[in-house]
Formats: sequence, C-alpha cells, structure tokens
Amino acid sequence: MTLALETTDLKVQLQLGEDWFTVCDLSLLVPGRGVAALLPDGRQVALFRDRAGELYAVDNRDPFSGAAVLSRGLTGSVQGRPFVASPLLKQRFDLRSGQCLDDDTVSVATYEVRAAG
Amino acid sequence: MTATPGATPTIVLVGHGMVGQRFLEALAERGLTATHRVVVLCEEPRPAYDRVQLTSYFSGKTPEELSMTDMEFIKDHGIELYVGDPAETIDRDARKVTARSGLVVDYDVLVLATGSYPFVPPVPGKDAEGCFVYRTIEDLLAIEAYAKARATTGAVVGGGLLGLEAAGALKGLGLTSHIVEFAPRLMPVQVDEGGGAALLRTIEEMGLSVHTGVGTQEIVTDASGAVTGMKLSDGSELAADLVVFSAGVRPRDQLARESGLTVGERGGIAVDEQCRTVSDPHVFAIGECALAADGRVYGLVAPGYEQAETAAATIAADETEQLSFTGADLSTKLKLLGVDVASFGDAHGTAEDCLDVVYSDSRSGLYKKLVIGRDGTLLGGILIGDADAYGTLRALTGSVPPISPESLVLPAGAGGGAQLGPSALPDEAVICSCHNVTKGTIRGAVTEHSCTTVPEVKKCTKAGTGCGSCVKILGQLVTAELEASGVEVDKGLCGCFSQTREELYEIVLALRINTYQDMLDRYGRDGARGGDGCDVCKPAVASIIASLAPTIGASGYVLDGEQAALQETNDHFLANLQKNGSYSVVPRIPGGEITPEGLIVIGEIARDFGLYTKITGGQRIDMFGARVEQLPLIWARLVDAGFESGHAYGKSLRTVKSCVGQTWCRYGVQDSVRMAIDLELRYRGLRSPHKLKSAVSGCARECAEAQSKDFGIIATSNGWNLYVGGNGGATPRHADLLAQDLDDAGLIRLIDRFLMFYIRTADRLERTSTWLERIPGGLDHVRDVVVEDSLGICEELESLMTAHVANYADEWATTINDPEKLARFVSFVNAPDTPDPVVGFVPERDQIKPDLPLLTIGHRPLEGSAQR
Ligand code: SRM
Ligand SMILES: Cc1cc2nc3c(=O)[nH]c(=O)nc-3n(C[C@H](O)[C@H](O)[C@H](O)COP(=O)(O)OP(=O)(O)OC[C@H]3O[C@@H](n4cnc5c(N)ncnc54)[C@H](O)[C@@H]3O)c2cc1C
Ligand code: SF4
Ligand code: FES
Repeated sequence: MTLALETTDLKVQLQLGEDWFTVCDLSLLVPGRGVAALLPDGRQVALFRDRAGELYAVDNRDPFSGAAVLSRGLTGSVQGRPFVASPLLKQRFDLRSGQCLDDDTVSVATYEVRAAG
Repeated sequence: MTATPGATPTIVLVGHGMVGQRFLEALAERGLTATHRVVVLCEEPRPAYDRVQLTSYFSGKTPEELSMTDMEFIKDHGIELYVGDPAETIDRDARKVTARSGLVVDYDVLVLATGSYPFVPPVPGKDAEGCFVYRTIEDLLAIEAYAKARATTGAVVGGGLLGLEAAGALKGLGLTSHIVEFAPRLMPVQVDEGGGAALLRTIEEMGLSVHTGVGTQEIVTDASGAVTGMKLSDGSELAADLVVFSAGVRPRDQLARESGLTVGERGGIAVDEQCRTVSDPHVFAIGECALAADGRVYGLVAPGYEQAETAAATIAADETEQLSFTGADLSTKLKLLGVDVASFGDAHGTAEDCLDVVYSDSRSGLYKKLVIGRDGTLLGGILIGDADAYGTLRALTGSVPPISPESLVLPAGAGGGAQLGPSALPDEAVICSCHNVTKGTIRGAVTEHSCTTVPEVKKCTKAGTGCGSCVKILGQLVTAELEASGVEVDKGLCGCFSQTREELYEIVLALRINTYQDMLDRYGRDGARGGDGCDVCKPAVASIIASLAPTIGASGYVLDGEQAALQETNDHFLANLQKNGSYSVVPRIPGGEITPEGLIVIGEIARDFGLYTKITGGQRIDMFGARVEQLPLIWARLVDAGFESGHAYGKSLRTVKSCVGQTWCRYGVQDSVRMAIDLELRYRGLRSPHKLKSAVSGCARECAEAQSKDFGIIATSNGWNLYVGGNGGATPRHADLLAQDLDDAGLIRLIDRFLMFYIRTADRLERTSTWLERIPGGLDHVRDVVVEDSLGICEELESLMTAHVANYADEWATTINDPEKLARFVSFVNAPDTPDPVVGFVPERDQIKPDLPLLTIGHRPLEGSAQR
C-alpha cells in the first residue's frame, strides 16, 4: 500500500492543558475500533477513528458500570452524531460532546485529539 | 378555587389499594379533585402498589418498582394521603371518620376500598411462629426473611391461584415445597378435572409435591413454638418449617359492620349498581370489600376497576356518563410457575345443552377445552400449558367463531392450529379485560389519536397496563391497523438499513458481497451510505458475512481486516466481558466429555493465572477474571494441551450437551456422547442470528434436556428423533418434533438444512424458538422446506454447511499466531505492560470475585438495554 508510508509517521496526540501528549502511531487506530490510553495522572482515555479519518477521545470509564471499557465498544453514527456504545450495557455516548444519548443526565469527559507528524 | 375551605365538599377514601388508586385517577379524570377536598387513609406503610404482580418481588422487582402511585399525581391534584394511618371508626350520623392517629375527617362522601384479608382456617397452631399469609409486600418480606434464616421445607395450604403462586415463590427461595389442597384438584375454581390433571402433572414435574383431597388438621410445633409440620386429614403428617395459608380471601367489611352498614350473609358490603351502599347514600364501597348488586364479591382487579369508575361517575353525577356495575367477567390468564393457565367465560360449561371441544396431551402438559353453545356460540373455555389463543378466544366469547372450534384448540402440526388473527374480531370485542378496552378503542387510538407504537397505544387507552396478558394481541392489532391505514411500518434492521436481516442475507449471498462497507454504501438508507453504520447493523452484517464466509469469498476469521471493527467486544476479544472489564475463558469440551489430563490442565492454568473457576450450565468449565493481556497467554497454554475456543462469546454454536448414554447407562439405546461430540465438532464456529444450543439424550428419559434446545436429539431404538425450537431462558419453550427415527446420516443432513434455513431467514437476535413462532406457517412450513424440500433449496443449504465445516479453524490458535492481532490484546496502547488498575479482585469462598468498591456504580442501567 502506498498510503502506509505517510500514515505511519503520524502520531495521535491528546491535548492535556497546554501540551500535546503523544499516545501512539495513527496506524494503530483501526477505523471503527477504539484503543485505550493511560495518562500520566492515571486517567484513562478511549480513542477512536472514524471512516472519514476523524479522531475522537473520551474518558474510558463507563459511568454506568464503573469499568474502564468504553474503548472496547462498537462505534457508529446516528443522525450525524458519531457515538460509541458501551460494551457492557450498550448505552451510547456522543463522541464529540461526551453526552449519553440514552440518558440525558449522564455524560463523559472529552479530549482534544489530533494526528501530527 | 373559589369556595372557602370549609365549604369545599370532602371525599374520604378508606383503603389505598389497587382499586382505591384507580378511584383517585377516575376522580381526577372527571375534575373532581379540583372541586373537592380528597383525603385518603392508607393502612399499609406504603401507598398503592401492584398486588397482582406481588410475586415478581421474588424475581427481583423492588417494592418501589411495584408501586402504582405517582407522588406527582397525588401532589398535583392536592390529594391528602395519610400513609400507615388506617380508619378506625366511622360515625355515619355525624359523617366523621377517625383514623388510628386520632385524625378526624368530616366527609360528604365516604368510599370504602378496604379489600380483602386472607382467610386462615381455624386449625390449632395456626398462629405459630413460621406461619404466614400472602397478601402484602410486608408478608413477602417476612416470608423471605424467615425462609432464609431458618427454613428448608415449606407447605402452602390451598392449591388455588394464589396458593400456586406462593408455592412457586417458596420453591424460588430454595425450599422444598408442598401444596395441600382440600379439593380433589388444583385450582378448583378456575379449571375442571382434565385441566387440573394436566396442571398437576406439570407442577409435579417441576419438583413441587402436591397433596390433593386432604385437609390441614393441625399445625405441629416444637418446644419453642415454631412450626415443624402439619397433620393432614388422612392421618399422615407432613414435615415443614414454614407454612403459608392461602385458603381464599374474605372481604374486609369489619369497619362497615361496626358502623351499621348492611353486609352480606357471607360478607361483603352490600352496594347497588352505582356502588353506593344500600344502607347509606353518602357511603360507597368498591373493590374486593364490596358485595355487588349481582350478589357476588369479585376477587379480581378488573371488576374492581370498573367499580371504581362507576363510583367516580356517580359522585360526579355526570348526566352523560351513567355507569353502572352489574357484574363482570371472571376470565383469567396467568403464568403459574411458568405454566400458562387461562380460563374465560363459562369455563365449567354450566349453560344448558352446551358442548365441549377438548384437546388433551398429557405428555406435554397441554389441556384445552372450549365450551360451545348449541348454535355454535363460543361460551368459554380453559387453556392449560399453552394459552396463546387466550386473547382472541376471550374476545370471541359470546359470538360464533369464524372457523371451527376444533381448529382453534388443536396444536399446529396436529392438523389444526388455524391462525385466527385479531382481524377476525368484531370492534366491540374486549381485548384488554383489565381495563375493559375494546378492539374499536384500540383501532381508534391508531386512526384518530395517531398512535404508532404499542407503548403509545398503552398510554392512550390503558390497554395492556394491567396483568399484561393482552399485550401480544395488542401488538398484532396495532401492526394490522397501521398497515391498514397505509402507514408504512418500518421493518428495516436499523437506522442504516431499510431491509430486514433476511433480505440482507439474500443480498450478501446472491451478490457475493463480502464487506460491510460495500453493503452499507450500496444498500444502506440514503443518509447512511458512506457513513459509519451503527452498533446494530455492524454485528448483524458481520454475522451474515461470517456464516457465508467460504461461499462469498470472505475470510472466516472474525478479526480479519474490516471484520474486526464490526464485532461486539466479546467476539473482538474472543472472550466474555465481565462487569469489571475482565474476561472469562471457556474452552470447548465437546459433549461435556473430558479426560482427567484435560481437567488437570484447566486446573493448572486457572491456578497459575489466579482465575475463578465454575462449572457452567453448559457442561463445561468457565475461567473468570482474565485481563485482556492475559488472554493470549491463557489460550496458548490451552491450545497447547489440545483445547480450542468454546465460542461462549459468539452468536454461534455454544454446547451440545449429552447424557452418558448407552455406553454406561442401563437404559440407553444409542451412543449419545459420540453423537453429541460429532455434532459439536460439526457446527462449532457457525455464526448465526443468535446463539445455538443443542443436546443429545440416550433415551426417552431425556437426561440431557434436549427438548429445551434449539436442536435436540433423543435416541430411539430405531435411531434418533430430532426436536427443534426449544429454549430455556426467560421464555422457555419445549421443542417440537421435526422428524423421527432418523439414522446418523439422515439426522445430520436434516440438522444441516434446518440450521442453514434458520440462519437465512431469522431476524437478528431471534432464537429458533421465536423464529419458529413468528414465521408464517410455523413448524409445518419449516418441515415442508427442510424435509420435503418444498422450495427446492435443500441442496444449497447442505452445500453452504459443507463449506462452513470445511473452512473451520480455531480462532484462538489463529490469533496467537498473528503478531499484528496480538498487539491489540493490551489494556493501554501507550503502556502495553501496564494492567488496567480498575480490574481488581477480592477473595470469596476460597477464590476471587470482582472488587466492586473499585467500580463505585453511580447509575442504574437502561431498562432492557442489554437486549439491543
Ligand atoms: C456461564 C453461564 C452460566 C453458568 O455459570 O453456568 C452463562 C452465562 C451467561 N449467559 Fe447464559 N449462561 C450459561 C448457560 C445458559 C443456559 C443453560 C444451557 O445452555 O443449558 C441457558 C438456558 C438455555 C437457553 O439458552 O435456551 C442460558 C440462557 C441465557 C439467556 C437467555 C436466552 C433466551 O433465549 O432467553 C441469555 C441472554 C441472551 O442471550 O440474550 C444468556 C446470557 C448469558 C451471558 C452471555 C450474559 C452476558 O451477556 O454477559 C452470560 C455470560 C457468560 C460469561 O460471561 O462467560 N444466557 N444460559 C452458562 C454458560 C454455558 C456454557 O458453557 O456455554
Ligand atoms: C399474590 C396475588 C396475586 C394476584 N393475582 C391476581 C391476578 O392475576 N389477576 C387479578 O385480577 N387479581 C389478582 N389478585 C387480586 C388483586 O390483587 C385484588 O383483586 C386487588 O388488589 C383488589 O383491590 P382492592 O383495592 O379492592 O384491595 P387491595 O388491593 O387489597 O387494597 C385494600 C387496601 O385497603 C387497606 N385497608 C383495609 N382496611 C383499611 C382501613 N380500615 N383503613 C385504611 N386502609 C385500609 C388495606 O391495607 C389495603 O392496602 C392477586 C392478589 C394477590 C395477593
Ligand atoms: S437419557 Fe436415558 S440413556 Fe441418557 S442417561 Fe438418562 S436414562 Fe440414561
Ligand atoms: S387484559 Fe390485563 S392488561 Fe390487558
């Protein structure tokens, strides 16, 4: 594949305060599937990439169960809103806002994320 | 309000039970709560709750979930509700009620809705410690506490409706349970002799002991005064350390009696057709405490609701709405201990000259009787074991059914089983008898009030919100009505595809489409093409692609390429996700047969990785508590010892259970273990719309429980009988016999066809049991297709299966040999060696369990969300 060369150089980075924290190679993000990253302060972040190449990052902890599993959920989009469905009890979370689509009162934190050379 | 408080007329309700609550709603609907002061005296420590569903407390419903009282409603209507404060005296001359707390309320209208109390026969020892009744949430809490603390055997006095419910509850609490019934059969009021016999057999098979035709003479106690058993009228003694009296109920008319109101000879506050007491125009009585104008006391909730409406309408003195209560239908349908029991209309055939149509199959616990008048009018009936037709039959009562009565009771497959849909019913047919809602009203909800879903229709008409027995027919009616009024009922799989799963399967097979993206971009709905799909269609399409993989040129490995992104987490990690984020590992143990060495290897692996082990309900061993990064290491050791994935995580074949069979068992007539192993190895890894389970029994004693499986096999002296469509779980279903006395090859050929036909035509997450019930023509159709080859597709079905079998490879072995895939088995992409700190364990019974404080659960799960 010719694209591979360009993408392997790119890194996924999360914004933490002023700084950008490098997580991994972009090539490790399979479209539609998440990965989890451990932050220096112990927080966990779930990172996703959609089919169009856009990146998303939300807190990895599923607020309904307490388990750190959101990175392992299925992704999709509903009415133009990209979401991940918790693998435990299937509640969906908007990947842009962190808002739970099945319960107005619940949301998860979101992070700025980019792919950089 | 314009009137001064003193001048506001006051309605006092005594008793806040089911009927009392309904009465308050009826007052509010008629605007009476705005013009009147409404005071409620409630004896129980909690406001009205759903007594009909009381027993569901034992299956996990909390008292809060059983509540029928919306506190907003009480507040919004300014109702003064005094909980835990019963009325003690009524002064009818002064029109005053005094409550236990000393509260005195003046009334203009007094409504008594005091319900019933359980009758306890006056046997010696009846008040001993360990004796209970079964009426309130408090009763259940007390029974539960006593059963857990100090009882192992329970006896229920009374084999009626409530007695059976209570006995089931005791069994559920783990007690050995007995039912003692004075009459010669169970449920003497509702069912006749034949029905009682069918019921008896089924209930005994569940492990309850039934003693009919004997009375309780004395409760025996020990020195401390606690129950140890009872003496029966036949001279025998029954050991029991907990007794529940369920020998009928009596109206609570004491308060009325003391205040000089007329009560019936056998109890009940006498009222007229408006539910006004015959003695005092200011006092009404409704529900189970009332003796209706037809001389009966009704012990069911539906007549009580009707009385509540009647009393409210009378109080409102609404000219346009003159309701009266002249009697009610005693139809009932319930699921007792998992057995359908229904009776409706003139169930005992008391009308002159009436005739019976009876179908009875004691082997499967079926008994169906219809009572038919001389002119062909359906008068009533009894259904035991299968009450699916109840909704339709009850609604047809009083008319001449459009098809012959025989075909209404014969099961499908026995030459009958005519499908009489709700379309055959007249508009005035009562569909929901709890709330007296007719078919016409339900149609109106769709056509005039633009309801488009069952929940909307329920809200609009109240139909289906009582006992729930009409919900099935309600659903059929709503769909039929929507279709008739031209509303397109969207049968599409999800927001991304307008096709059903079956249609998608046909597309994939016919056009050899082997990627999800291709499917979505070519066949998705307009807005969905080119997009990301959703969590419903991704696994569904992935499953279709996997089932057909060799035929359509896809990889059969579910983590290959794009397929990895489509799988639910369980399939993606080839293990089952647990509540704390760890996984469980289940190696395949075909037929449940395992060598000592195999057992030792599993034991060693579990010990070395610190896993919790448990024997599953599927005749194999589950190891819990593995972290993602441990999974490949565990698999490597298992694969090394000759094990492979058991697909406990997949919508695919789970286990083929076996009994020990002919080789060892003195009754066995075939080698059930060998057949189970052959079948498990043949169908392993087969992805399907839902999980598939099977079992093989070596003779008709059925120790492997094959009749509860998707495909179950029972040995005969001539070969094998194949049963299909069985199910355990929440809605158990006995499998139907598909074919008899097959030889080995014939059996396998038929299962190949059956499974492939199911995979082709079922909906997503539809087990074979629901599929068989749903598809037009049911079992007969399936038999035509897979036995008679009526569609000419059997050859194709067989070759699809042959391709699957040839293409099978163990997913664990494939994964541990693929470094790129292995890299995904880490907790953190940026710290592959660090385990997830949220996955923690604490000791329990010499093993481990998830450390719950680490999870600190903050929210309740969505209702039903796990089913999506
Ligand atoms: C482990 C086991 C319980 C045990 O400790 O024994 C089990 C565990 C689970 N069962 Fe089961 N079932 C287990 C035997 C059964 C049986 C008994 C049997 O197979 O003989 C039944 C009833 C038979 C049947 O399926 O008809 C059973 C009926 C269910 C159902 C209800 C299915 C239904 O059609 O109503 C579900 C829910 C579902 O699938 O939607 C379920 C779902 C589950 C899930 C997958 C729930 C979940 O999503 O987490 C559990 C996860 C297993 C895990 O994490 O490893 N389990 N489950 C049993 C595994 C058997 C095996 O070796 O594979
Ligand atoms: C386990 C069980 C299962 C049942 N299953 C079904 C079923 O499947 N179908 C069906 O139709 N029916 C069923 N029933 C019967 C149904 O629950 C009753 O018909 C219904 O509850 C009657 O309503 P009610 O308001 O008249 O009486 P209740 O619901 O009993 O309410 C009466 C209330 O009045 C209170 N009270 C009494 N005296 C006073 C006083 N002096 N002051 C203040 N409060 C007082 C009582 O404490 C009680 O809370 C079942 C009953 C039980 C116990
Ligand atoms: S089903 Fe028959 S052969 Fe199998 S163990 Fe039971 S009695 Fe023996
Ligand atoms: S018949 Fe009971 S809810 Fe409809």
